[in-house]
Amino acid sequence: MSLLEIKNLSVEFGSQDNPFRAVQDVNLSINRGEIVGIVGESGSGKSVTMLALMGLIEAPGRVTADQLVFDGQDLMTMSPAAKRHLVGKDVAMIFQDALTSLNPAYTVGFQLMETLRLHMGLSKSEAQKRALELLELVEIPAAKSRLSAYPHQLSGGMSQRVMIAMAIACNPKLLIADEPTTALDVTVQAQIMDLLVSLQKSQDMALILITHDLAVIAEVAHRVAVMYAGEIVETSPVPEIFYRPHHPYTQALLASIPEHSKGAERLATLPGVVPGQYDRPIGCLLSPRCPYANEKCRNEHPKLTQTHGSFVRCFTPLDEAGRPIV
Amino acid sequence: MTTPVQSANTAVAPEMAAASYSYPSPLAEFWASFRANRGASAALVFMAFMVIAALFAPWLAPHDPIEQHRDILLLSPAWTAQGQWSFLLGTDELGRDILSRLMHGARVSMTIGLVSVVLSLLPGIVLGLVSAFYPKAVGTAIMRAMDIMMALPSLLLAVAIVAVLGPGLTNTMIAIAVVSLPSYVRLTRASAMSELGRDYVIAARLAGAGKLRLMFNTVLPNCMAPVIVQATLGFSSAILDAAALGFLGLGAQPPLPEWGTMLASARDYIESAWWVVTMPGITILFNVVALNLMGDGLRDALDPKLKKLA
Amino acid sequence: MFNFILRRIAVVIPTFLGITVLAFALIHMIPGDPVLVMVGERRLDPEFYRQAMQRLGLDQPLYMQYLHYLQKLVSGNLGESLVTHEPVMAEFLKLFPATVELSICAMLFAAVTGLAAGIVAANRRGTAVDHVVMGSALTGYSMPIFWWGLVLIMLFSVHLGWTPVSGRIDLEFDIPAVTGFMLIDTLLSGEEGAFASALSHLILPAIVLGTIPMAVIARMTRSSMLEVLREDYIRTARAKGLSPVRVVVVHALRNALVPVVTVIGLQVGTLLAGAVLTETIFSWPGIGKWLIDSISRRDYPVVQGGILLVATLIILVNLLVDILYGVINPRIRHAR
Ligand SMILES: Nc1ncnc2c1ncn2[C@@H]1O[C@H](COP(=O)(O)OP(=O)(O)OP(=O)(O)O)[C@@H](O)[C@H]1O
Ligand code: SF4
Ligand SMILES: [Mg+2]
Repeated sequence: MSLLEIKNLSVEFGSQDNPFRAVQDVNLSINRGEIVGIVGESGSGKSVTMLALMGLIEAPGRVTADQLVFDGQDLMTMSPAAKRHLVGKDVAMIFQDALTSLNPAYTVGFQLMETLRLHMGLSKSEAQKRALELLELVEIPAAKSRLSAYPHQLSGGMSQRVMIAMAIACNPKLLIADEPTTALDVTVQAQIMDLLVSLQKSQDMALILITHDLAVIAEVAHRVAVMYAGEIVETSPVPEIFYRPHHPYTQALLASIPEHSKGAERLATLPGVVPGQYDRPIGCLLSPRCPYANEKCRNEHPKLTQTHGSFVRCFTPLDEAGRPIV
Repeated sequence: MTTPVQSANTAVAPEMAAASYSYPSPLAEFWASFRANRGASAALVFMAFMVIAALFAPWLAPHDPIEQHRDILLLSPAWTAQGQWSFLLGTDELGRDILSRLMHGARVSMTIGLVSVVLSLLPGIVLGLVSAFYPKAVGTAIMRAMDIMMALPSLLLAVAIVAVLGPGLTNTMIAIAVVSLPSYVRLTRASAMSELGRDYVIAARLAGAGKLRLMFNTVLPNCMAPVIVQATLGFSSAILDAAALGFLGLGAQPPLPEWGTMLASARDYIESAWWVVTMPGITILFNVVALNLMGDGLRDALDPKLKKLA
Repeated sequence: MFNFILRRIAVVIPTFLGITVLAFALIHMIPGDPVLVMVGERRLDPEFYRQAMQRLGLDQPLYMQYLHYLQKLVSGNLGESLVTHEPVMAEFLKLFPATVELSICAMLFAAVTGLAAGIVAANRRGTAVDHVVMGSALTGYSMPIFWWGLVLIMLFSVHLGWTPVSGRIDLEFDIPAVTGFMLIDTLLSGEEGAFASALSHLILPAIVLGTIPMAVIARMTRSSMLEVLREDYIRTARAKGLSPVRVVVVHALRNALVPVVTVIGLQVGTLLAGAVLTETIFSWPGIGKWLIDSISRRDYPVVQGGILLVATLIILVNLLVDILYGVINPRIRHAR
């Protein structure tokens, strides 16, 4: 059985009579010890999906799902208190901007020990010992002295290491990393990625990696989910997706790599932008931008269907040569 | 529901969509934003009534504000058992009509507000600009002086000034103008400093604009938004401080119908004539609330970025 | 930390000197003959006049007079009252505790209610609770407190008879002044009912004096809290699985308090200005009433000394707040 099973997760913002669906009917399952990448343009709903999973969407945002089963328990039917025992312990998350993600008013040690004492019930001295171990585990030099440092005294890379230490403190089964390296220097990016992957192996946890960097995906992920305008448009195993993208959007995403060595924040190969609240098409969400769009695409909404080893949301998935199968 | 894009076979280029909008003029945008703020709009209507009452008090007021109706001392308001409709809000201890006094009081308070704001706004702007343009010795000296003035709370400083100059309406206005000076200086200086680094100022400088022209024609217009907001708030604190001085017997002197002065003798009537106590105070409160609401509305309308944070 | 404190003190010194100049100039700006003003008498014979000139140092050049004034200040000599002939400093010290007691209670009231209201409003943003809090804050902030005091007296003292109208304690009690704080002295005296009497005298003035600071604190707490609740580290705290209460109290409040503490500190000025009005309404024997009374008695040395002392007090409290600010906000302390 998979570790995480998301069925039809949707997130709405805005008022009841003028809602905006940031995430729509997302289905995703993650196995134990698996690394799954999530890619997609800015605003495609990657972060919101993960925040919804963590229970971090605040009113007026609304989260609905048929199922949100983590490790055999359905998060949707759980009490908020029971959910808080899971969140931060078995599922942990790190964010893009580590510098602002640490509380400036407390020391690194305090923030690390807080999790340990809450979820593991450690005493102060035990927590201190474990905190030190964790800082060493994430390869922070002079770990002991860092315990009493304040966040503003750390560099960006160092802060992200602290965030990682905090996230893995209770040996989570799933770690969600939302663009963990975007805010860092290029040289530091590789170090943090290496650290994450090695921790993923040594701690045997599943890792969801949100990134714009397809090269990283190619290197570390087992599977990848492509999101567009709040929907998953394709999930495929990793080497295959690079040889044979099934969805026109994936194809465009991959085609943009050479031009944008940094990643795919904006797609040069597809004109236009991700639809927002007021310009959502009726049919396939990609239809205004898709080079293969036809009349059906503009009027009907495609479902996610299995094609070979992948799931694709397109009426005319692409063949090996990258042409639509008509 | 979301509006679906009407099926077109190519995507509408975003820049084309933008071009078809016509942007409202800044003034219209400001006015729309101000009107959307219900509190500020209500306050504006209220203040309009107050201004009319103040301007036309001699014709609108039912009685002479200092005429003493000896036979009806401390008459209660019209809606009470003993009340008379010709004295809507009742009379005070000398038989003067309270409503008429309040209306004439509006004249006094508006005058105090207006005069003291102008008296401190103009020198405040000049000093602020000078200290921004000459940040070294002159600027520092000005700002130190302002710091010293700000070390005392405005009412206390005003009390000290009136203690020296002697009580009275004119001295009240002077005192209030002096105590509100630092806020204008600081504000003008701060916004001028931030404008000074902008490209358009540098461009004007390179084009050979003189210091004075740079100060008043180039930089000043772009610093006005916060100053206008501050002037509105300054108006409200002028009314409040003037009333406090009047209450302490240091402001406008009787029989001038100043709102605070009216309250000075009211303490003796808290047991017998509640309306003598209540009416002037409510008038002050409503005016100050309205002006503060307007100030907030102005700020939000002039600076949309701030509004989102609130 | 020590350097940080020294830096702050260095900034304050020029302001303090400026205040002394202001106080010095105060007397010289009074229209009329300074000797007549200072001696407080009308017709004087020329010999006495000359002596008075000399005694007051008025025959010396202005800067000498100022230096002389400073010198006297340093030794704690602020002149003496024209009316009671007591040293200004002694009178001040005698009346000061009453004002401090009133101000502390007002500030406690303001801080507790203002913080609570602000926190609740921020966490219930956009709801009816939020609107009520913000509406009350606007009203409180705009309140002419001298009138507010009269209204509360009218309601609670006259109408309901719950609280006394004026003074610090009922006349039947004769409490020896040990600390000068009536609440403490009544407890020390052990007299039955004395503490209750002192408390009932204090409650209305404290509410009146605390009204504006309360409104300011509530507004500041709300907006600061809203800003902090949007921060990334709040998301982190919630992602840790902390309870909502812990997120607000431990992670948000500490950061949201930073600007609030500054504002609370700045309210000391508002309090002392408000004390002038409140003490006048409630016949509270503190320095506010003392100042106003001496103005109407034309007791200029008291006015001069009183203003100087009040300003000094405010500067000192602001300095303290500045330092406290550095303590709760490590970023400030480590800056430079
Ligand atoms: N609290 C919120 N209220 C309203 N809309 C929101 C909120 N949070 C996110 N959104 C909207 O939801 C959409 C999806 O945002 P999301 O942050 O998930 O994008 P993303 O895929 O993570 O993009 P990026 O690559 O820039 O991080 C965006 O259009 C965003 O504006
Ligand atoms: S369904 Fe049509 S519009 Fe949508 S991706 Fe497939 S081909 Fe393009
Ligand atoms: Mg994101």
